[in-house]
Amino acid sequence: MSASLTALARRRLARDRGAVAALIALAGIALACLIGPFLTGHAPERIYPDFVRTPPSLSAHPTPDEIRPALDRLAQRMRVTLEEMRREGETVRLTLTAPKPIDPRNLVLLPRSDLFGPATIVERSPDGRRLVVEAPVRRLHFVLGTDMLGRDLLTRCLVAGRVSLLIGLVATLVALSLGVAYGAVSGLVGGGLDALMMRVVDILYALPFVFFVIVLLVFFRAGLWLVLVAVAAVEWLDMARIVRTQTLSLRSRDFFRAAYALGSSTGAVLVRHAVPNTLGPIIAAATLLVPRVIILESFLSFLGLGVQEPATSWGVLIAEGARALEAAPWMLAAPAGFLVVTLMALNRLGDGLSDALDPRL
Amino acid sequence: MTALLLRRLAQSLPTLFLVVAGSFFLIRLAPGGPFDLERPLPPAAMENLRRLYGLDAPLPVQFVRYLAGLARGDLGPSFTFRDLTVADLFARGLPVSATLGALALVLALSVGLVLGSLAALRRGGLADRLVGLVASLGLAVPNFVIAPLLQIGFGLGLAWLPVGGWGGGAPQNLVLPVITLALPHAAGIARLTRAALAEVLVQPHIRTQRAMGFSRARVARHALRGALLPVVAMLGPLAAGLMTGSVVVETIFGLPGIGRYFVDGALNRDYTLVMGTVVLVAVLVLAFNLIADLIAAWLDPRMRAA
Repeated sequence: MSASLTALARRRLARDRGAVAALIALAGIALACLIGPFLTGHAPERIYPDFVRTPPSLSAHPTPDEIRPALDRLAQRMRVTLEEMRREGETVRLTLTAPKPIDPRNLVLLPRSDLFGPATIVERSPDGRRLVVEAPVRRLHFVLGTDMLGRDLLTRCLVAGRVSLLIGLVATLVALSLGVAYGAVSGLVGGGLDALMMRVVDILYALPFVFFVIVLLVFFRAGLWLVLVAVAAVEWLDMARIVRTQTLSLRSRDFFRAAYALGSSTGAVLVRHAVPNTLGPIIAAATLLVPRVIILESFLSFLGLGVQEPATSWGVLIAEGARALEAAPWMLAAPAGFLVVTLMALNRLGDGLSDALDPRL
Repeated sequence: MTALLLRRLAQSLPTLFLVVAGSFFLIRLAPGGPFDLERPLPPAAMENLRRLYGLDAPLPVQFVRYLAGLARGDLGPSFTFRDLTVADLFARGLPVSATLGALALVLALSVGLVLGSLAALRRGGLADRLVGLVASLGLAVPNFVIAPLLQIGFGLGLAWLPVGGWGGGAPQNLVLPVITLALPHAAGIARLTRAALAEVLVQPHIRTQRAMGFSRARVARHALRGALLPVVAMLGPLAAGLMTGSVVVETIFGLPGIGRYFVDGALNRDYTLVMGTVVLVAVLVLAFNLIADLIAAWLDPRMRAA
């Protein structure tokens, strides 16, 4: 064998087309969540009252159909009659009349709406009761539509993705460190302590942990960090078992005995030999842990116990979407799509990694 | 077998005690109480209520009292549903949750086992790839996404089934919740069965049977017995997962089961109701682990010594 185990594993993974596709998809989603919100042209909290529940579309808003009703509403608020409206390319030319002279200050209502820019007066009748104005029409894009308040759904999904992915990664790291430390100590020390420690894991395994998490979240005021800790506290058990089994089988190997014979302490053997040699299965298990963490977080957020407003996560958005399903099905489809693609990609990558890192192959 | 049963029973008692103690002190040490209303009660009334429910005693005394009640099978009065005990609430809610859970368990197991074996027996074939795709979808689409989609599709779109409600347990009210509850677990079991069966199928004793000219079906039956072990080991976690899932399913479909009671109870600081639910769920999960151990011992004689 010429190449190292890691190099072999990398080569095997590169041949696994599904895993590579999953990796690319994940990188794409992560990148989009990271920088996407700056590129969509909308702030995640920006409310467009004129574009509530807009269906997804690639064309710019306002569409020709949306201009007229919006103008009628605006005219009513300005207390004028819209006599004529002509669209000329990127601007509209409006003829406004009123029984009393029109106060030009009322025209600020036009740019205050989400459809038009600042208006300029083109023509004004001597008595001031007739006004011709020109206003540029804005071009807004809501690729995935807007929600019940008129916020851009794409931006919100991407911002929510940051939270979901962050929780997935951080909670996995916490669960990972806990599980690795626990499992490695248990496997390395062995004997009575090992039996006791694994008995504890068995007991914890048998518990309906999610119920504890819910109690914890409800009674101690839900917050992002508490969600993280709670999720990590549930999910470290598998990791502890995997690492223990690995360490146990390593313990009788010659290089372990050699390390002890050379006078290394248990701690040093743990850090230098036990953990690095179990890295393969750990990486694979951790990759499979991330989707479980994300789904658990969404579950808690769906129940209203996880991430709280104004912060948002895919679970929060899915909960909103499920409530608005009849009126605005895209509100469920968009965040659910992000979530499902991410979870599938993570699962696929995890499977690919555990195959690639399996030294038996 | 009886010895195994007794030993496992003895082992689950300390676990149960830990659950009760852990959740009791966790709940009591949290800020807030069951009688904190929008408008605070007069101190005297609060004092009376606390005395009535025995909340004025020191915490360890309350704990011992609770344990004594538990030993008699008394889960205490509910703090928010006045005039009702926790046992009354369970008597109403448990049939709903148990029906849902049992049906979902059967559905998940049968669908998962059939699809998983199919995939393993036709490894690399079209069926295998199809099952793989469906299973990975089933694992990635959470039940709180499936449920509204089913509601829209079958409840509103096709108008075949009711969107929610219990309807006295009428079959048509059960279909959508049970499917929602079972789907992710069916996917998990299918994957597990496929992996386990594929591993058994390449073992020497199966190869020998093939070489001796046993029929495919007979070989598959032999292999499946060995492959069932990891699936059986999943029964405990599966039961826990079904109960967790029923919290969502009961919320979405508006079913009056204990999952709903639990969330409402937690939100209302209904100490006894939350405690009761945790104890009940823990007992159920422990019971399922026990059943899983017994089935495993029956399937594999080597497990009987463990």
